[in-house]
Amino acid sequence: MKEYVMGNGAIALGALKAGVNVVCGYPGTPSSEIIETISKYPHEGLHLEWSVNEKAALEVAAAAAYSGARALVTMKQVGLNVASDPLMSLAYVGVEGGMVIVSADDPGPISSQTEQDSRRFAEFARIPVFDPCSPEDAFEMIQDAFAYSEKYKTPVIFRPTTRVCHGYATIDAADSYTPKVFDGFKKDAGRFVIFPRLSYKNHGIIEDRNVHIGEDFSLYKYNSSDGASSSKAVLAGGISYMYAKEFLKDHPETKLIRIATAFPFPESFMLKELDGVDELICLEELSPYLEEQVLKLAGKHKLSVKVFGKLTSHVPHMGENSADGISKILKSFLGTDDELVPERKDIPALPARPPVLCAGCPHRASFYAVKKAMAGKKTYYCGDIGCYTLGNAMPLDMVDTCLCMGAGVTMAQGFSHIDKEGKAFAFIGDSTFFASGITGVVNAVFNEADITVCILDNSTTAMTGHQPHPGTGKNMMGHDAGAISIPKILEGIGLKKVVTVDPLNLDKAIHTVKECADLPGVKAIIFKSPCIAIEKSSTKCMVTDACINCRKCILETGCPALNDVGGNVKIDASLCTGCTLCMQVCPKEAIGGGCVD
Amino acid sequence: MTKDILITGVGGQGTVLASKIIAASAMTEGNTVHSAETIGMAQRGGPVTSHVRIGDTAYSPLIPLGKADVILGFEPSEVVRNINYLSPEGLAVVNTTAVKPVTESLSRSGYDGSEMIEYLKKNVRCVFVDGDRECRKLGSAKFLNIILLGVACGSGELGISKETMLEETGKRVPAKFREANIKAFLAGFEIGEQVFNIPPRDL
Repeated sequence: MKEYVMGNGAIALGALKAGVNVVCGYPGTPSSEIIETISKYPHEGLHLEWSVNEKAALEVAAAAAYSGARALVTMKQVGLNVASDPLMSLAYVGVEGGMVIVSADDPGPISSQTEQDSRRFAEFARIPVFDPCSPEDAFEMIQDAFAYSEKYKTPVIFRPTTRVCHGYATIDAADSYTPKVFDGFKKDAGRFVIFPRLSYKNHGIIEDRNVHIGEDFSLYKYNSSDGASSSKAVLAGGISYMYAKEFLKDHPETKLIRIATAFPFPESFMLKELDGVDELICLEELSPYLEEQVLKLAGKHKLSVKVFGKLTSHVPHMGENSADGISKILKSFLGTDDELVPERKDIPALPARPPVLCAGCPHRASFYAVKKAMAGKKTYYCGDIGCYTLGNAMPLDMVDTCLCMGAGVTMAQGFSHIDKEGKAFAFIGDSTFFASGITGVVNAVFNEADITVCILDNSTTAMTGHQPHPGTGKNMMGHDAGAISIPKILEGIGLKKVVTVDPLNLDKAIHTVKECADLPGVKAIIFKSPCIAIEKSSTKCMVTDACINCRKCILETGCPALNDVGGNVKIDASLCTGCTLCMQVCPKEAIGGGCVD
Repeated sequence: MTKDILITGVGGQGTVLASKIIAASAMTEGNTVHSAETIGMAQRGGPVTSHVRIGDTAYSPLIPLGKADVILGFEPSEVVRNINYLSPEGLAVVNTTAVKPVTESLSRSGYDGSEMIEYLKKNVRCVFVDGDRECRKLGSAKFLNIILLGVACGSGELGISKETMLEETGKRVPAKFREANIKAFLAGFEIGEQVFNIPPRDL
């Protein structure tokens, strides 16, 4: 059955075709749609979950794989950092059923904190990695990844990048899915209980095995080459291979080598391909991984090939590659006379368009309440990962730090210990709180911090596309597991003050913040109001004749529904959700609300 | 058929649906299609693009610079931001209604799209659509994407038939808005058709 799907959909359908039994993950761009696609194909023998974080996901999957089942774990590249503790150990222990960890890399970065390279992680963990170059390819390769994982009894990493994840193509999906039939867990403490002696023994076995896998990969069909044998050749991996292929359409005389399994490096294949090559350029995103492997190989075999790439400044280290960037690089490398498209000149200055909190987003009101309550005081505002990172933008300017998932709570604690005068606040979303905020709060209470934890509870994981989480109760099996109460967790940890407030009731919210900030110890305010993208409102605010165009509403809230049209404040009715924040900010009571659209 | 279509706009304007309808229509007519979307952080009011590549030899998921046959522009400055993608002979379908970024309202720089439209008029083969006005006629801003699709189809430069696009549009909008969307498409188609009848050099 032909289906036009997103790359992440192709990965999902490929895994289903491979008979996957257990699928777990934590949302993160560009990986989230894999699990969302799988949820559209519920069937007997398939367990699907959004786990509380990537570490939990990997551990749930590991037990399934120990039992001989096939398990898929999905995350974005920074999620692999969270899952790295179980991953490193699991690499030593190995698996019985196939286990594939999808870690989607984000060159750019487009929506991530880092430009890390999951191929390095695979090498670090000494496990194989597959690097698809298109959605079609990802659909086939994920099935291969399960087969290799099972063949060598090791977890494997599958590393797509944004353009593969979010590209669309047609694949030949199965009509129905049958999960793998497996034997179940066979107790074997010598195999599944990791002890130093076991790790020592397996370390040696794994290194020998990897040499063998490298040889096996030398015969793998996706490690391939096109074009004639030329003295100047191109080596590429991932999406860069497609960009190179696009350029080399007009230069079929140039050899284009593709490496789809970066680790263990297919040495024999590469040696054969390098025969007769004097100069090689390596095209890849993120780190110069393939380039370094070729240099190693050249050193080992005393090859005279000149290797160009990131290490020789011929390819940029940072950001995404593009068809045009690769064209320029190859034109210069090959010395071809392809005409580059002339850039248009005299383009007028473009308005900046940074991403902002949506019109009516309750996070705007939460930040505004804290800002008003703490005006004139020395403060530390520790942000976190989610839509609310956008609270950093002007005019709110309410995020002083943002590091990684859950860091807001613990960093606020750090500030409170080194500065007794300042007031430290942590801002964390409900999904992030469950993912990695709870341990931070425990740490703060145990170590006697003086902080106010602001939980921005919009009852969803908004930034990545509105996934459910433990606080919503509804899980990916379609069951209502019962919502886990954030206030009860906080009370259980022993916080003296836990208040829930509606951020859209500005006066009350400001009063609550003042009250909590003045108390010593760890306090929590739960700003509870649903994400406007989920609970659609039909009310709008309207500017009345009483408006004096002081623009306070625009200047203080920065709501995108508020516009300055020729000096007059206007509300864009197509964006306004009737949140009434502007109404409450207005000094002249000049904004009316509650008008039904 | 080989065709590269770039859709540009601001997060929330409905560019992804437009891209899906073009892709589905081209496939229905027997073409190989690849497309690429902007998803994630940029969706929150930031610039978004969809690249739709029709043809067997489109390897890169993104259209190379200077190769787009059509830019379907939902916002004037977003067309200009991506203008180097347009081929010298390409056509830009441009909604003239500007979307002001929050930063502009704060600094009062006065961005209203007019400078962008002037630039496009002088330098690019364009068809302009007053999206705000057309949407008002239809009673909702939500029809912008379908109107623009209609314009692009009417111009003849997508290389896809009106019947196919109408059918694929009908399949992808909620049933209760199907009639209204078909009306929106046809309104756009008429605007686009007028352009189609003018030789390019006279535009």
